[in-house]
Amino acid sequence: MRWRRVGWLFVLPALAVYAVFVLRPLALTAQYSLYRWDGVGPSTWVGLANYREVLTDPDLYGAIGHALVLVVFFTGLPVPLGLLAAAVIRRTATRPVRAVLLLPQAVPLVAAGIAWSLLLSSTGAVNRLLDVVGLGGAARAWFGDSSTALAAVGVVGAWVLLGLCTTLLLVGAERIDPALYEAARLDGAGPWAEFRAVTLPGVRRELWVCVAVTAIAALASFDIVYVTTRGGPGDATSVPGFEVFSLAFAQREVGLASALAVVLVVPALAAVAPALRWSR
Amino acid sequence: MTTGRWERAAGRVVLLVLVFVTLVPFADLFVTALHPPGTYPPGLTWPRDPHWSNFATAFRSAEVAEVLASSGLIALGVVPLTLALAAPAGYALGHLRFTGHRAVFGLFAVGLVLPLEAVVTPLYHQMRDLGLLDTRSGLVVALVAVHLPFAVFWLRAHFAGVPPELTDSARLDGAGPWQVFRLVHLPLARPATSSLAVLLLVWTWNHFLLAIVLVDDPVRRTAAGALGAFQGRWGTDVPLLCAGALSLITPLLAVLALLYRRHR
Repeated sequence: MRWRRVGWLFVLPALAVYAVFVLRPLALTAQYSLYRWDGVGPSTWVGLANYREVLTDPDLYGAIGHALVLVVFFTGLPVPLGLLAAAVIRRTATRPVRAVLLLPQAVPLVAAGIAWSLLLSSTGAVNRLLDVVGLGGAARAWFGDSSTALAAVGVVGAWVLLGLCTTLLLVGAERIDPALYEAARLDGAGPWAEFRAVTLPGVRRELWVCVAVTAIAALASFDIVYVTTRGGPGDATSVPGFEVFSLAFAQREVGLASALAVVLVVPALAAVAPALRWSR
Repeated sequence: MTTGRWERAAGRVVLLVLVFVTLVPFADLFVTALHPPGTYPPGLTWPRDPHWSNFATAFRSAEVAEVLASSGLIALGVVPLTLALAAPAGYALGHLRFTGHRAVFGLFAVGLVLPLEAVVTPLYHQMRDLGLLDTRSGLVVALVAVHLPFAVFWLRAHFAGVPPELTDSARLDGAGPWQVFRLVHLPLARPATSSLAVLLLVWTWNHFLLAIVLVDDPVRRTAAGALGAFQGRWGTDVPLLCAGALSLITPLLAVLALLYRRHR
């Protein structure tokens, strides 16, 4: 039937651009990962040696560990806080307030990194506040101290994503039939019971979107690290995104960079299955 | 509906805290930008003698005018091209549901979650071979490609919700597939395409990784990419860096504010 086949003509242009500039590079990354290559000269087949190095070199598997710590910050903070906020401000959030909440999404992560480098510097607002409340002893250059630098990067990510999660969950909470809240109230439900029985099930879809988006942002994080710490001090904040970039373009270890990138893709692809399920 | 007084009060407090936390980093950027150039000002303090001239200096040294023009040109390529490719694709996947549409959608779904680090190195070599390295056109093509999965996903969701009767009645009138799409479905998709256009504009303007990898010259990058280079060069002059950062982010915020006001 003509109408059934004509669909292919409609997707073909988009599919072609996507195949040439995303799928082909993705396949090439998988191929590069099996070679030792400096990016210009001849390459030598090394099999799985690059993967072995990713999993045994402390600098490289350390970076993967850091990415997992960032998931705790990027997902573990904004999603529960956003859920709480959305439940509480459901009736009070006006349009201008919502615009403000989305502000971090409208500026480059680089700018967010610069602003937070100020706040968390040794003479920054955070340390001054600590001083005022008598915790001046804890003050430090948060990005410069190897015991706090990764957490500082995590806080920037959490700040960027909190408004997004709150907004998405607010949209979800607004779609809930108000009659459900009425019924819960008539049954004598307090705010907590109401949240558990009505709000939480009502926003389940948005909740999963938030978890997927924030977790991928953590695994693929690059911009914030690039602008605040460049992986330092030492390698306290090295993350796979930054390692791939510096291995491929500064250290000319394209094969190793590609193996690390492939390892990074696996957990991200695990998120595809649920995405396909929601789309039905 | 009954809402407890306490619940309302709690809502106000949470709202206030959220707005405060969101705005403090911007406030710090702003007051720091007003301190004398070359100093390390303490956080969140209003300077005794505000140096408004920092903005003029930063505007020149960050080549803000050129960068804004560059970001505008790139967005002018990325947004219409992405829409032109994604709209028919979303229509085919959501509405025509041709044989094999699930497999095609699966391919796009991969791109929806793909960390860009997984494509950036081969993409660099590919652009070099095509002679598109250090050009805005190369960056535009790359950005179109990486934004296509989301755009297709978004528009597919819209077209999937359109009642099939619309197509059926147009077909009875003798319209072909392309005419039905152009004359019936595309005009109805206006809200979905315009909100997508805004998202694409924001993402293009603020895109960093591909901008710094594919384009060496900061004045031919996106605003975010240029800000990265500016930070590398002026990172030690904190007030100037802040003034530059603000000059590069406010134009987009102004555009968004305009769109927001028109869209009541």
